Amino acid sequence: MLGAATKRSAAGEGEPAKADQPTGATPTEPATKATRGAKTIEVRDVDLYYGDFHAVEGVTMTIAPNKVTALIGSSGCGKTTFLRSLNRMHELTPRARVDGHVSLDGEDIYGKGVDPVEVRRLIGMVFQQPNPFPTMSIYDNVAAGLNLNSSRVPKSRKDEVVERALRGAHLWEEVKDRLGKPGSSLSGGQQQRLCIARATAVEPEVLLMDEPCSALDPLATLAIEDLISELKNRYTIVIVTHNMQQAARASDVTAFFNLDATGKPGHLVEVGATDRMFTNPTEKQTEDYVSGRFG
Amino acid sequence: MESATLTRPSTLLAGGLGWRRRAVNITMTVLITAAFVLALIPLISLVFEVAKRGIPGLSLEFFTEDARGQIGEGGGASHAIVGTLVITAVASVISVPIGIMAAIYLNEYGEGRLRRALTFFVDVMTGIPSIVAGLFAYALFELFLGPGIRLGVMGSVALSVLMIPIVIRSAEEVLKIVPDHLREAAYALGTPKWKTITKVVLPTAFAGLVTGVMIAVARIVGETAPLLVTTGVVDSMNTDPFNGRMQNLAVYAYNEYRSPGVFKQAAYDKAWAAALTLIAIVMLLNIAARLVYRHYKTEIR
Repeated sequence: MLGAATKRSAAGEGEPAKADQPTGATPTEPATKATRGAKTIEVRDVDLYYGDFHAVEGVTMTIAPNKVTALIGSSGCGKTTFLRSLNRMHELTPRARVDGHVSLDGEDIYGKGVDPVEVRRLIGMVFQQPNPFPTMSIYDNVAAGLNLNSSRVPKSRKDEVVERALRGAHLWEEVKDRLGKPGSSLSGGQQQRLCIARATAVEPEVLLMDEPCSALDPLATLAIEDLISELKNRYTIVIVTHNMQQAARASDVTAFFNLDATGKPGHLVEVGATDRMFTNPTEKQTEDYVSGRFG
Repeated sequence: MESATLTRPSTLLAGGLGWRRRAVNITMTVLITAAFVLALIPLISLVFEVAKRGIPGLSLEFFTEDARGQIGEGGGASHAIVGTLVITAVASVISVPIGIMAAIYLNEYGEGRLRRALTFFVDVMTGIPSIVAGLFAYALFELFLGPGIRLGVMGSVALSVLMIPIVIRSAEEVLKIVPDHLREAAYALGTPKWKTITKVVLPTAFAGLVTGVMIAVARIVGETAPLLVTTGVVDSMNTDPFNGRMQNLAVYAYNEYRSPGVFKQAAYDKAWAAALTLIAIVMLLNIAARLVYRHYKTEIR
């Protein structure tokens, strides 16, 4: 409910305007962030393979900045595979392969000489299972991006980044007195917010989320959804979800994936504004799926 | 109705099947417990026997004196204790980096046929008889330093041949249980692979890696055959592995037993005392491994 309300207020004309005038935004923290982050992802004719298995076929879509794009569809239709191809995580699976073009504000992320490590710095990811680093404290988990990637960040700067990321993830108040405790000491929902803080601490431009709420209870889910609708002020967000209510609540754009039969590649059936996708979809398959007739 | 619900449970209890199942359960419990006790008997009797026979040989002199020029009942095994520690330490310094790096290669980088071939050779190496490792080390040093050469470091090299495959195997197992989602979490932050390994994978696996190394050390610390042909037999203290022969506890025990001289009982006592000291060292290593594990273990889901 909350997510939907915020969505309406934010999805209007406010966001593109900000993107057009980088310096003129309101002085508040999220707004200044919006000026530097949030890029458009352009996907053209993407085919994904695991060895000989053709997992996803011919996806072409544009993912708008400062919007939440939900990928929905039944299990095994390649949503997660597709998501992982957006920050070059797909190729980490042995024998996995990508065909086609994915660009970030016009820059081909699969281009020659592009370092996948750099791509992943710009396009962060939150996973299905909350996965804080078990050897690190809450503080070090959030600072992990800085600690792992840059040499010598001054402590004061780190403190600043950690506090901002934790506040951004609505976790600061709950953990500020125990930043030295291990990340695994938190509850599942808190751990997932910790992972979101960890992903946003490196200030990516896009945030990919792979069923971020599937391991969480309804209250924790609501907290994450609220957070998502706020994060889109700063990032382009793509979220895979099994939960259609979640897609309806938390997203601005919905893309429906389906596959004709088991063993056949998944493909993008339809993509459009979430309201339209759930009330008046063009494709029969979409209607059947969102109305709960299968899947 | 009333009677039906009452009779049902009673037939279940009174049936012959219930009695039979209980009998089988008792028989199996007895058998399994007996097997466990049977397996423990040699172990307990061994520790008991070594303690019983070893304690008489223990004395301050045993730990502080070497055996140079001793023809009477006196003399100690300090040179053998120091030798064992030095040889084992040098062997660990050689084996641990090689073993762990090889395990990292096999688990994080290797793929396809090369990986399979290497795994196969590691398995073969695990089965090498220890005397072969000793002869290998001897032959290697003989090439450069001439026949008859005996050095502490030669023993370490021989022991490394035995230790490396054990370290690789145990480290590989430990690295395997570091969940992939932690690696992916690091990659998703834009962390290069080598940093993911050094900053995320290895710290997560740290406790297991230490345990594996300790077990490997415990496995080689009592080796006798490869040291007989590489480090030689000597009565005096030598702390330099790169210069001259070096005694160690296993060879010391063997030697006291093989050529006890005139004072047979004193020599036998010293052999048993050396055996007891070896067992104590292994036990201390195991306890240390457990403490390290308990202190550093990370909850891995």
